[in-house]
Amino acid sequence: MRIKHHPILNDETRECNATIIVDGKKVPAIEGEPIAAALLAAGIRKFRETPKYHKPRGIFCAIGRCTDCVMIVDGIPNVRTCVTPVRNGMVIKTQKGLGEWGEKS
Amino acid sequence: MTQKIGVKYQGFPSDEELAKIPGVPDAERIKRGPVAFIECAQEIPCNPCEEACPYGAIQVGKPITNLPKLDPKKCVGCGNCIAACPGLAIFVVNGSKDKAEISFPYEYYPLPEKGQIVDCVDRSGKTVTSGKVLRVIKSPKYDQTAVITVEVDQEYINVVRSIKRLGGPEHE
Amino acid sequence: MKTTEIAIIGAGPAGLSCAVEAAKAGAKVTLLDENLKPGGQLFKQIHKFFGSREHQAGTRGFRIGEQLLKETEELGVEVLLNAAVYGIYENKTLAYVKDGKDHALRAERIVIAAGASENALSFPGCTLPGVMGAGAAQTMINVHRVLPGKKILMVGSGNVGLIVSYQLMQAGAEVKALIEAAPQIGGYGVHAAKIRRAGVPIYVSTTIKEALGTEAVEGVVIHSLDEKWQPIPGTERTLDVDTICLAVGLSPLTELAWMAGCEFTFIPPLGGHVPIHDENMETTLPGIYVAGDITGVEEASSAMEEGRLAGVASAESLGYYDEDTAKRLKDEIWQRLNSLRTGPFGEGRFKAKIKQLQARRQLA
Ligand SMILES: Cc1cc2nc3c(=O)[nH]c(=O)nc-3n(C[C@H](O)[C@H](O)[C@H](O)COP(=O)(O)OP(=O)(O)OC[C@H]3O[C@@H](n4cnc5c(N)ncnc54)[C@H](O)[C@@H]3O)c2cc1C
Ligand code: SF4
Ligand code: SF4
Ligand code: FES
Repeated sequence: MRIKHHPILNDETRECNATIIVDGKKVPAIEGEPIAAALLAAGIRKFRETPKYHKPRGIFCAIGRCTDCVMIVDGIPNVRTCVTPVRNGMVIKTQKGLGEWGEKS
Repeated sequence: MTQKIGVKYQGFPSDEELAKIPGVPDAERIKRGPVAFIECAQEIPCNPCEEACPYGAIQVGKPITNLPKLDPKKCVGCGNCIAACPGLAIFVVNGSKDKAEISFPYEYYPLPEKGQIVDCVDRSGKTVTSGKVLRVIKSPKYDQTAVITVEVDQEYINVVRSIKRLGGPEHE
Repeated sequence: MKTTEIAIIGAGPAGLSCAVEAAKAGAKVTLLDENLKPGGQLFKQIHKFFGSREHQAGTRGFRIGEQLLKETEELGVEVLLNAAVYGIYENKTLAYVKDGKDHALRAERIVIAAGASENALSFPGCTLPGVMGAGAAQTMINVHRVLPGKKILMVGSGNVGLIVSYQLMQAGAEVKALIEAAPQIGGYGVHAAKIRRAGVPIYVSTTIKEALGTEAVEGVVIHSLDEKWQPIPGTERTLDVDTICLAVGLSPLTELAWMAGCEFTFIPPLGGHVPIHDENMETTLPGIYVAGDITGVEEASSAMEEGRLAGVASAESLGYYDEDTAKRLKDEIWQRLNSLRTGPFGEGRFKAKIKQLQARRQLA
C-alpha cells in the first residue's frame, strides 16, 4: 500500500510511471524505487522460496544486507530487490531455491 | 498479575510521578489562565523546551539531563514550547473559563477541523469524553507539528491529553 | 591506483561529520557508501531529534542529514556512492565494488564509520514474510513511502521500537501492541507516552510464542514471562496482525575493523564486540580511526561528535590543524559528548565508553 498522505512528509507527488511484470502479472511501479517497494505496494509479500524446505521469504532488512529478498530479475537470479531500482518493463520472478539463470518470460 | 504503574511500566507517568515534576502548576495557577504542563519525568539529554520559551519560564541548565523546570509565574501559556518538544511531552491547560481547554501536539493525518466534535483520550489512549476542537495551529515555525486545542468539561483538565486518531489504515 | 588523504567508510552522520571537519581544514577527503544516497540512518528519521542546541535538537533527522550533505558538497568532499568497501589491506588500501567493478583506493588515513545492523530474533514462524526489522519497516514507510503491512506487532521497547511504532501510525498503519520481554520499558518515557496516547498497549514481561500463517504472517501468539524469563502457561494471547517488526537491538558492523586487524574489547552495553580506540578515535592500528555506531551503538548526536573528533584528529595528524587548535576543538567536542552521556539513560554508556578508552591505555 502506498502512503498517499503523510503528516510530516506531506502528500505523495510521484506517480506510477512504470510497469514491471511479476510472475507474469503487470504491477505498476515508480521508476527508480526499489523493486521490493513496488511489490509491497502491490501487496506482494512472498519474494522467494528457500532451497531445501521451500519456505516462503520476504524482505527483512530492506538495506541490502540479509539477502532474504532475492528474486530473479530479467533472468538473473539472486538479485536483492530491496536495493535494485525499478526500470520500466523489468521481468521479475519469484525465486525457487537458488534460482536458475535465464528464467525469463 | 497486577500491573505496576509508572512511566517505566505503563509508558506514561503516574499521578505521583507527575506531581514530582519540578514546577508543575497547581490547581490555583491552572484556574488563573493558560499554563504549560510538562510531562517529562526522566532525566534524558534534551533541552529544546528551554530555548523555545520566549518568557524564560523553562529551565534545564547544565547538565542537559536535568529535568525541565517550569516557573508557573513566568509562563503565560503561549504554547510555543508545545511543538518544540521532540518528546511531545508539553501541554497547555487553561482552567479559567467555563470549560477546560487543553492544547497538545498532534502529528497524524488527517487533522481535525475547527469546531469538530472529537473523541478525547487520556494518557493511556482511552476515550474518556468528547470535546470540541477550538483551534488547529500549523505554523512553519512548528515544522509540521500541529498544535490542537480542545474544550472539555473541567473534570477532565488533568486527564485528557490528545484525541483519538481520525485516519486509520484507509490511506489508499 | 586512486589515492586520497582521508578515506571515510560510511556516509552516515558519523562519516559526514568527520568529512566536514577534515575538509574544513584543507584535507583531501573521499567518502564511500554502499547506498545510492548518503545519510545512513538519518534519512529515515522523520522525528524531531533530542539533544541540545549544538546537536540541532528539535530538528527532524532528515533535515540534519540534508544540512550535512550540503556542507560536504560545499567543501568539495569526494563522495563515492554505490561503493561497498569489502576489504582493508596493507598500506591503508581499500578494496571496494562500484557499479559491479572492483576498485582500489589508497589513503593516508582511514576512518571506519560503518554504523550498525539490526539484530534478528528466533521463534517459530520467524522467517515468514511479514517478519522484518523495525528499521526495514522504517525505510519502507519514510524513504519509499510504502506500508509493509496494516496491522503491526512491534517487538522491543527501546527507542527504535517506540519511534518506529509511532512512525508506522503516522504512515497510516495500526499498531496492535508493543511487547517487551524485560519487565520494564527500555526507551524514553516520552516516546512511550506518544504511542500510549495513540492507543497502543505496551506489554512488558511478554514475548512472542509463535507467528501464525503459511505464506505470510496472519497472526501472532504472545505470552507473558515470569521473573526468571520463563513463559507462564495459560497467558497465551492471539493478536490479529499481518506484520511483526523486530526492534531487538543493533550490533556494530565491525567486519572491516576485524579484517584490518584492529583490537577489540567486549562491552555488552555498547552492543558486544567493539573496536578499542583512544581519545582521538584512533584504533590500535595507527592511522585507522572509528566513529559512530560501530564503536558502540548510541545515537546520531554522539555519532556526529565522534565523527567530528575523528575528523579533527586525522586532519591534525596530517598537519592540517596545529596542535593548539586541534586541542581546543577536541576539548569542546569531548565536553559535549560527555554531557550527552549523563542521566539514567546515558550513564551506562558513559561508563562503558570509559572502559573502552581504558582498554586502549592498558594496551599502550
Ligand atoms: C528507529 C531509529 C530511531 C533513531 N532515533 C534517533 C534520535 O532520535 N536521535 C538520535 O540522536 N539518534 C537516533 N537514532 C540513532 C542514529 O540513527 C544512529 O545512531 C546513527 O545513524 C549512527 O550513525 P553512523 O554514522 O555511525 O551510522 P549509520 O547512520 O548507520 O551510517 C553508516 C553508513 O555506512 C554504510 N556502510 C556500512 N558498511 C559499509 C561498507 N562496507 N562500505 C560502504 N559503506 C558502508 C552504511 O550503508 C551506512 O550508510 C535512531 C536510530 C533508529 C534505527
Ligand atoms: S507556554 Fe509559552 S510561556 Fe509557558 S513555558 Fe511554554 S513557551 Fe514558555
Ligand atoms: S524538550 Fe520535551 S522531552 Fe526535551 S527536556 Fe524539554 S520537555 Fe523533556
Ligand atoms: S531485505 Fe535484506 S537484502 Fe533485501
